[in-house]
Amino acid sequence: MDDTAEVVFHARGLKRFYQMGEVTIQALRGIDLELRAGELVVMLGASGSGKSTLLNILGGLDSPSEGTLTYFPRRSDGAHERLGLDLATASQRELTNFRRHHVGFVFQFYNLISSLTARENVAVVTDISRHPLPPEEALALVGLEHRLDHFPSQLSGGEQQRVAIARAVAKQPEVLLCDEPTGALDFQTGIRVLEVLERINRETGTTVAIITHNEVIGDMADRIIRLRDGRVEHWQANAQRRLPQELRW
Amino acid sequence: MKTLDRKLYRDLWRLKGQALAIALVIASGVMTLILAVTTLESLTGARDRFYTSHHYAELFVDLKRAPLGLLAQLQQLDGVNLIEPRVRAAVRLAVPGYGDPVRGQLLSLPDGRQPLLNHLHLKAGSLPEPGRDDQAVVSDAFAEAHGLAPGDRLEAIVNGRHTQLTISGIGLSPEYLYQVAPTDMMPDYRRYAVLWMNQRALAQAYGMEGAFNSLTLTLQAGASEADVIDALDLALARYGAIGAQTRHDQQSHRFIEEELNQQRITATVLPAIFLTVSAFLLNVVMGRIIQTQREQLAVLKAFGYRDTELARHYGLLAGAIVLLGWAVGVVLGGWAASGLAGVYREYFRFPEMQFGVPLWALALSLLVTLLAALAGTWHAVWRAVGRPPAEAMRPPAPHRFRRSWLESLVPAALLGNEGRIVLRNLARHPLKAAFSVVGIALSAGLLVIGAYQLAAVDKMIDQQYRQVLQMDMELTFNEPTPARAAGELRHLPGVLAVESWRRVPVTLIHGHRHYRTSLLGMAQEPGMRQVLDGQGRPQRLPESGVMLTRHLAEQLDVQVGDTLEVAVMEGRRQRLSLPLTALVDEPLGVGAYLQLGALNALMHEGPAISGAWLLVDRERTAELNAALWELPGVASIGLLTEAEQGIRDYMDETLLMVAVIFVGIASSIAFGVIYNNARIAFAERARELATLQVLGYKRAEVARILLGEIALLTLAAIPLGWAIGVFFSHLLNRAFTHDLFRIPLVFTPHTFGFAAAGVLVASLLVAALVFRRLGRLDKIRVLKAVE
Repeated sequence: MDDTAEVVFHARGLKRFYQMGEVTIQALRGIDLELRAGELVVMLGASGSGKSTLLNILGGLDSPSEGTLTYFPRRSDGAHERLGLDLATASQRELTNFRRHHVGFVFQFYNLISSLTARENVAVVTDISRHPLPPEEALALVGLEHRLDHFPSQLSGGEQQRVAIARAVAKQPEVLLCDEPTGALDFQTGIRVLEVLERINRETGTTVAIITHNEVIGDMADRIIRLRDGRVEHWQANAQRRLPQELRW
Repeated sequence: MKTLDRKLYRDLWRLKGQALAIALVIASGVMTLILAVTTLESLTGARDRFYTSHHYAELFVDLKRAPLGLLAQLQQLDGVNLIEPRVRAAVRLAVPGYGDPVRGQLLSLPDGRQPLLNHLHLKAGSLPEPGRDDQAVVSDAFAEAHGLAPGDRLEAIVNGRHTQLTISGIGLSPEYLYQVAPTDMMPDYRRYAVLWMNQRALAQAYGMEGAFNSLTLTLQAGASEADVIDALDLALARYGAIGAQTRHDQQSHRFIEEELNQQRITATVLPAIFLTVSAFLLNVVMGRIIQTQREQLAVLKAFGYRDTELARHYGLLAGAIVLLGWAVGVVLGGWAASGLAGVYREYFRFPEMQFGVPLWALALSLLVTLLAALAGTWHAVWRAVGRPPAEAMRPPAPHRFRRSWLESLVPAALLGNEGRIVLRNLARHPLKAAFSVVGIALSAGLLVIGAYQLAAVDKMIDQQYRQVLQMDMELTFNEPTPARAAGELRHLPGVLAVESWRRVPVTLIHGHRHYRTSLLGMAQEPGMRQVLDGQGRPQRLPESGVMLTRHLAEQLDVQVGDTLEVAVMEGRRQRLSLPLTALVDEPLGVGAYLQLGALNALMHEGPAISGAWLLVDRERTAELNAALWELPGVASIGLLTEAEQGIRDYMDETLLMVAVIFVGIASSIAFGVIYNNARIAFAERARELATLQVLGYKRAEVARILLGEIALLTLAAIPLGWAIGVFFSHLLNRAFTHDLFRIPLVFTPHTFGFAAAGVLVASLLVAALVFRRLGRLDKIRVLKAVE
């Protein structure tokens, strides 16, 4: 992925404080970064490094205490808007619309709705999207076309996470944000999930950001961003992305 | 929103136990509302239609005797519309094959046709044929009680003369919907009858040829009732009128009014209590359901669901529960109302009584229920939905616990780990715990009210018939009689004791307030008719002055020591000033009491009496009844034991049904509150409970944590429930106090025990359900799941 690709997220000086009882926690202490269209970024960091907070802010689930964060949506002609949406100052309504139409989420613990089947869990998102894939197609994309009517309790962890991914991509988002997508899975299953994410990035050009504490996963990224103590410690571009099936941990 | 709706169905199904419990509470509220409103509507409707179609008079005057020629003059009075004279006489009857004496009211009909006012509704047969002096229409309740039909014969004593009557028809009058003898409180259809005869025949039998002793009237539109009454009283005073009466003074109308008032109170107070409880339950339950779904909620928000869409989702969840409760309540309310309507139909005997749940009641109950639901869920839903999704998705910080002050109340050794967990859980959410306690207490309070009503009515009947009225029989004479008649009664077979009395109709006046009643003259220390003080002790009658029923004194705003104006409505119609010497506490009716001798003196008459009370030998009643039949001077005979039995039967029938409904409702509330509380506690603690079981705790030991909490909440709620019950009983008691009867405010240990037992049973039931659920807890899954 080259540096000339258009910018999707542009962040400057992002800070986030939390008041926990009498203690103030500084989750982010000033982050600058850009995410570009179509790239696959892995954000690495130990727990407490601020990576989940960053992902939440990128996804419009949370707002920064300080700093600017601009999102440049894609126009119908494929190019990106020049004037983006400032997520730092956006209203709740704007953030909701942003999440509704532009971002897909994958969580560590899948967060499926236990009373709905695989197909219905995907439909929860397609019901409110503008140009969704049919739920069946989204599930076929993650190899679950034969498990459509199973409830989460009838699926293995890897299958549940793939349903979660299907749910995230079904709205055809511009950005896919994944919070420790393999964190709760064994190695084999984890690799399968990463394969799905890699294929979606490659085939649909969706920007994918994965946060993990697993260094090895960094090898499949276009770029790696290392976070430490609420700051970007280091970022590097990989000359060559490795395929998930080549990864070992 | 299709998929979200599917989630709604599944959530509802999963929550079915809790949802049902809440629905049940809502159903209780709706049921009482529907029951009360439907009964009210159908009674009011039936009464109004009957009054209108049968021309129920608006004013009634009883007098000694006035010539028919006076009518033309009365017709000229301002405001008088229709006016109709009649003859009215007390009658004693003997029904073939029935031993007890029967008393009754005989009224005249214009020969061969319906009266202008108070038309008869004929259920069978016809009016007496013109010119016949031996035919009569009898009241339907009496006919039914004795299985009488047109053509049957009755023996009667009218004005001391024996006659044979043939029943020409069975009828019902708007004036006597509620047929009760003057001294009774409840209808006794076997021993009290109303009969109608041709005017000419009755006038002849009663010595009223060319005269009348009763008048019925209607008013012209816009006429002032008070002015017409004044004019009538003035015109009729010299004919021995005791003052014109309005419908409100008529026993039948009055009783129906009171019954409707009672329904009106029921229609407001009870549903209000129930719906408040349901709103409160919904709030607690919805709050906690949403709490357990906070992660799902956050995910949905992360996907871009709007706050309004999510609020709608949870609103629908609450709405579905509420609608279910409403529907069940409507069905149950309709069912209970049709049952109660059956009782009332028998009781008031309206010729037609349309029974149906009015549409507006459905709409009103739905609206009220939805408002309660809204009040109950709005806060919980909005608080949950308004939370930023990232916050909801962070695992909740471990709950902050600390030692509670409650722990210091119990020795540590006694408490144990389970006890400590219970106390800390309660102390951490004192508000939640308080809500639960209040919810359970409300149901305990309802049980107190239910039990109180039963006990109080029982006490009221006891007071009236065991303490106040101790005679077996009350004889009323045709007219004031020399006192020596009492001595003659003493010699009748089976008579053990005789006590005579004198009754004079009066109007009591104090300031601008007045009340029509009678002065009752009795022995200085009445043996068979007690005048009790506030502590239930018999009092002596004063040498001079009068005693008044406490309720009447309050109505007249007169205190002991004040002077009452007394307008006598009999004889010389003097105006007297009498000091109020003491108050009388009695549950039924109101009256003014003084010594017989003093009353005779005030009336400027010799020793005269109006009637006598008898104590009789039960073994010889048949003989006594036969002897009394030969005493034409006796206008009516009242049997007190039978009257008491009549009241008790009625109370058993109606009050018991009401009490059963009440107890059912209260238990369902207790169950609803406790069950929801336990289920939520269970869900919140599932991880903790599973952990303990994995660590090797036995099911019973783990159960102690949950059950301990239920037990503690229940025990705390019981005394509060008693207090709430006493408070509401007080309110109801005041609302139901009037001159017909006053329910005493008595609470027995039974009442409190009953309320406590009801709540405890509900708790035990919940405990059993929780214990069973604990056995099915999947420990591994709970532990693996993310909080």
